Amino acid sequence: MAPALAWLAALMVVPCALVLALAFFRRGIYGGIEYTFTLENFGLVFDPLYAGIFLNSARIAGTATLIAVVIGYAAAYAISAAPRRWQPVFLFFAVLPFWSNYLIRTYAWIVLLNREGLITQLLRWFGYTGEPPSMLYTEGAVIAGLVYNYLPFVILACYAPLSRLNPELAEASRDLGASAATTFRRVVLPLTVPGIAAGAVFVFVLSIGNFVTPALLGGGRFQMIGNLVYDQFLTANDWPFGAALAMALIAIMLLVLTAQALAANRASGHVTQAGGNTDG
Amino acid sequence: MSEPRTLLAIDHVSKNFGRVTAVDGISLDIRENEFFALLGPSGCGKTTLLRMLAGFETPNDGRILLDGRDIAKTPPNKRPVNLMFQSYALFPHMSVRANVSYGLEMERLPAAEIRSRVDAILATTELVPFADRKPEQLSGGQKQRVALARALVKRPRLLLLDEPLGALDKKLRGAMQLELKRLQHEVGITFVIVTHDQEESLVMADRMAVLKDGRLLQCDTPHAIYEHPADRFVADFIGVMNFVPGQAAADGVVATNGARISGKVPATLSPGASAVASVRPERIRLFPSVETANRITGTVDALAYHGLDLQLHVRTPLSPKPFLVRVTADAADRRPVSSGDQVELGWDAADVRIFAE
Repeated sequence: MAPALAWLAALMVVPCALVLALAFFRRGIYGGIEYTFTLENFGLVFDPLYAGIFLNSARIAGTATLIAVVIGYAAAYAISAAPRRWQPVFLFFAVLPFWSNYLIRTYAWIVLLNREGLITQLLRWFGYTGEPPSMLYTEGAVIAGLVYNYLPFVILACYAPLSRLNPELAEASRDLGASAATTFRRVVLPLTVPGIAAGAVFVFVLSIGNFVTPALLGGGRFQMIGNLVYDQFLTANDWPFGAALAMALIAIMLLVLTAQALAANRASGHVTQAGGNTDG
Repeated sequence: MSEPRTLLAIDHVSKNFGRVTAVDGISLDIRENEFFALLGPSGCGKTTLLRMLAGFETPNDGRILLDGRDIAKTPPNKRPVNLMFQSYALFPHMSVRANVSYGLEMERLPAAEIRSRVDAILATTELVPFADRKPEQLSGGQKQRVALARALVKRPRLLLLDEPLGALDKKLRGAMQLELKRLQHEVGITFVIVTHDQEESLVMADRMAVLKDGRLLQCDTPHAIYEHPADRFVADFIGVMNFVPGQAAADGVVATNGARISGKVPATLSPGASAVASVRPERIRLFPSVETANRITGTVDALAYHGLDLQLHVRTPLSPKPFLVRVTADAADRRPVSSGDQVELGWDAADVRIFAE
C-alpha cells in the first residue's frame, strides 16, 4: 500500500498541485509567470468564448460516446452469443488496434478520409465521378476518430457482464411469454447497464480531454478543450490560463466519474440495504 | 371413471445435435392432470425432450401435439407451456412480486387482475412475507417456490419442471416432494418433471417414462415399472435388484454353478440364450418357513441396520455379487443373525423376473 501511495503522490498529486498552483498567478508580459495572486484565470474560463469550447467539447465527446456505446454493445453482444471457443479470438481482434500507436491509428484515418483517400477511391471504383466528398477536417472525422480509438474499451466493458449473464434468464423470459425484443429490454439490458456505464464514462472522459484527434482529423478548426490547453501552454505561452483550463477539465472528469461511482454504488447497495434478515 | 384424456402427444420425436442423437424416435402420451416423470441417467435425452416441449429446441423429426395441435415449431413465448428451470433462473434485478408478475404483464392483462392473481399464488406458495425481496435475499427453498409461483401464475396447460428438487438438501427434498404433489392436485395443472432420481419419481409420479440413450425403455405407473421392469436396465435402474446370470431354460434360468432359478421365462428368450434372473431384496425370505420354489444357502457378509429394516449382504454361489436381502425389524428380532452366519434364503417363482442379458 505505502509504495503505491508514494507513486501516486510523486506522479499524480504533486504535478497536479503544481498545475493548480500555476493557475493562481498572473501571466508575465513576455510569457513566463508573474508571481502575484489572482483569480482572473478562473474568471476567464467562464468567458462565453471559452465556455462555448467546453460545451462544444462535451457535445463532441457525448456524440462519440453514444455512437461507441451503440456499436460497442452490439459487438459485445455478438461476441458473447458466439460459440464459447471463438469468443477469445473475436475479443483479440477487437482489442488488436490497441497494439499499434495512437498517432498511427489516427493517421490511418487521414489516409481513409483524404480528398483522394481510400474512401474516395472506393467511390470512384463504384463509378462515382463527382466532387470528392469532404470528410477530413470535419467534426464527423473527429467523432469517427474518437469512436474508433475508444471502441475496444466499450466492447470489453460490455462483454464482461454479457458473458456472465445466465442464458437461462433470457430463456425464462421467453418462456413467460416475452418476445425477443421485450426480453432484451427488460432482462438483458438492465442486467448489463453497469458495463455500458463503465464503457461510456471511459469514452467520454478520454474524449473530452483529447487534443490529438481534433488536431489531426479536425484540422484545428474544431477546437476542443484539449487543444485550447495545448495552445495556451505551447503557443500563447499563457501557462496560468492553461492551468486554469486544465483544472476545469479535471473537475468535469471527476464530476462524471463520481456520478458513475455513486450510481454503481446505489445499484449494488440497493439490494444489500434491505438485506439483513434473509432467513425465514 | 371416464377414460383419461390425452393432453400432450409426443409422436416419434427425434433430435440430434450434429452427429449426436439426443432423442431417438420417442413416442409418449401425457394425460390431462397427471403428474408425469421423465426418468433416466444423465445424457439419456430427458432434458432435451423437456426443452423441446418448452420450445427451446425444435425436433428434427416427429410431432408434439398439445390438445391435438402440433406445437413442435411454436416459439416458447407462444405456447401455453411453462418451464421451471433447474437453476430457477429468477430475474436478479426484480423483486419476488415483479418476478411473478412478469409473465402476466406479457399477456397484457389489466393491472388489477395481475395483482389479484399474483397475490393468490404468493399466498398458495407461502411467499407473501417475501414479496418485496430480491432473489439473492432468499433461501434455496424460497427461490424454488418463487420459480414455481412464477410458472404457475400463468396457468399453463402444462408445467415442466427440470430437476426441481436437485438444488435442495435431502431433508427439504423429501418435504418438497409431497408439497409439489399437493400443489399439483390443488392447481389442477399437468406436471411433467425431469429427474435422475428414481426414488423421487416413484414417490411423486402418477406415471413415468424411463429413458436411456435417447430411447424410451418403458412408460407406465411407478408400481408397474417397479414390479415388471421391461428389461435388465430398467430393473437395475429402478430400486434395488439382485441378479443371477446364467442361461435360459424352459422354466427358469440355470445359474453358472448349475443351480436352477425357477421363474416365468419371457417368450422372446429361447432356451440356452444368455439370461439373467432377478429378485427384489424385499421378496427374499430369510429362513423360509414355507416351501419356496427357490432356495439357497449363503454366508452373511455384512449387515446394515436402517431402523425400519435390516439389510443383509449374503454371499451365495449364484452370483459374484452378494445378494441384498431386506428383513423387517420384526423378523430380525425373532431370529437374530450376525456377520459370518450361514443363512438360508428362499423366494417364490412369481417374484422372479427374467431378462435377456
